Amino acid sequence: MRLSKAWIVAARDFKIFRRVKNVWVSIIVFPVIISVLFPVILEYTRARGNHGLAAPGVLPALLNSFSFFLVIGAAYVPIGIASYSIVGEKVEKSLEPLLATPLTDGEILLGKAISAIIPTLVAMYAAAVVFMVGVDEVTFNTLGYYYFPNWTIATLLIVLMPVAIVMSVLFSVIVSSRVNDVRSANSFGVFMFLPLLGIYLASETGIITLDINSLLIISGILLAVDVALFFVSTATFRREEILTKWK
Amino acid sequence: MSGDIKLIDTENLTKKFGDLTAVDSLTLHVSDGEVFGFLGPNGAGKTTTVRMLCCLISKTSGNANIGGYDIGKKEDSIKIRKIIGLVPDNVGLSENLTAYDNIDFYGKIYDCSDAQRKENNKLFLEMLGLWDKRNVLAGTFSKGMKQKLAIARALIHEPQVLFMDEPTANLDPEAAKTVREFILQLKKEKKTIFLNTHNLDEAQRICDRVAIMNTSLRAIGTPQELERSVSGRKTVIGLEQQANDAVFGALKKLALKNLSTGGDTITFDVEDPDKENSSVVEAIVLSGGHVRSINVVGSTLEDTYLKLVRK
Repeated sequence: MRLSKAWIVAARDFKIFRRVKNVWVSIIVFPVIISVLFPVILEYTRARGNHGLAAPGVLPALLNSFSFFLVIGAAYVPIGIASYSIVGEKVEKSLEPLLATPLTDGEILLGKAISAIIPTLVAMYAAAVVFMVGVDEVTFNTLGYYYFPNWTIATLLIVLMPVAIVMSVLFSVIVSSRVNDVRSANSFGVFMFLPLLGIYLASETGIITLDINSLLIISGILLAVDVALFFVSTATFRREEILTKWK
Repeated sequence: MSGDIKLIDTENLTKKFGDLTAVDSLTLHVSDGEVFGFLGPNGAGKTTTVRMLCCLISKTSGNANIGGYDIGKKEDSIKIRKIIGLVPDNVGLSENLTAYDNIDFYGKIYDCSDAQRKENNKLFLEMLGLWDKRNVLAGTFSKGMKQKLAIARALIHEPQVLFMDEPTANLDPEAAKTVREFILQLKKEKKTIFLNTHNLDEAQRICDRVAIMNTSLRAIGTPQELERSVSGRKTVIGLEQQANDAVFGALKKLALKNLSTGGDTITFDVEDPDKENSSVVEAIVLSGGHVRSINVVGSTLEDTYLKLVRK
């Protein structure tokens, strides 16, 4: 597999994305909401004197739970991009001429993955920076120190988030083979969203603690899911399969 | 060299989808520089054949070579895809890219150098009358312009074989004419073209040889050969008066095939009207007959096609 060829496919997709509003919305809206919403909530509760939510003893666990939303976003955002990238080609019927070139199935798939992973990583890392700065700003007086950055969020951003993004992209490839429009593909994003939301709720209700160990265990589980999805998606993304069996 | 080398060579090529046989034991060859028409109704297996030859789908049995590479060998499939260009039945352009970016992307995939890409992008866009629209999004193009852009895209790496799957289907007459004229231009340049079509007139005008296909191969040859293959041409001679015994006797001596008379007309099968009709007219005149008219009627490619695909 030649990375340079995959990069040509990704670069072409980036050019296309510049002109597709839905992709921009996917990349911008969710990260902006996550990065701004939680600092605003904390500031609002602090301003109203609700020390139950913003009390020094409660805050670290709460902030870890909040930061898990960055993972949820990272799993959700690529659905919109990868779905457009593959379903869009399907709608435009531009896959057949692409498949008739010397590119291998793997190079095309990798190119599609790169085109979904890079914008998501950039958007979510930018969101993480805004989130951390905003949270530090509103919690410094309560905690007496800057909570972020720390090893927990570093694990979340460097280990868990990429694994979640890859899971989402591979899932999108499988979904794309079964649907004929981007909106339908996006609606399948709920299957990525709900399990991760479940983890978030479990952390909020004290069932699990989102410390480094927990994040590494979750990463390991998602990595196993990635491996399984990789085999299914590469079996799905084959020339003959695409031309004869994709709906 | 042109015409001697078999660029496409298939032997008993077969494709089955479960119990359905889409292509059955197809044997044909296409020579270098030849424009080969592949005729057949919808569902005849034309697109499936092209997809097999372009290594897009696997064969079930049989053999096929493109430029000496075996479509059944995994290591050859990439080599085959390097030497072919495909214009699929759906043009498949990226609608949110400009015309220029659409073909430049393919130039990059085929490892064309920057200079070669620049030169070929300009050359083919100009040849197809799209250079002025190079910075316009392909999604805004008319069907005819999209088809032309798809042809430019397939030619960008100067392939040895160009596969075209119904390139004029769904085009208005003017756009279809432009595309046909471009294919004729490629023919002058001795490009090897495998043309899927169900437009008989197009096949007759463009192709050196045609094959008629309906799951299995029904006939193959030049359009003229195929016209004659089902039922040969007939000469119908009109006389000033009814054919008398002297005229009929003279014609019998010429051993004409399927000779018949009906009042003041004489009909017989003819292989080569230019050569045979003159001696027939001479025999009629020498035996005292007066010729009023001579008409050569024969089966058309359409007659042949309809008869063969209904078999």
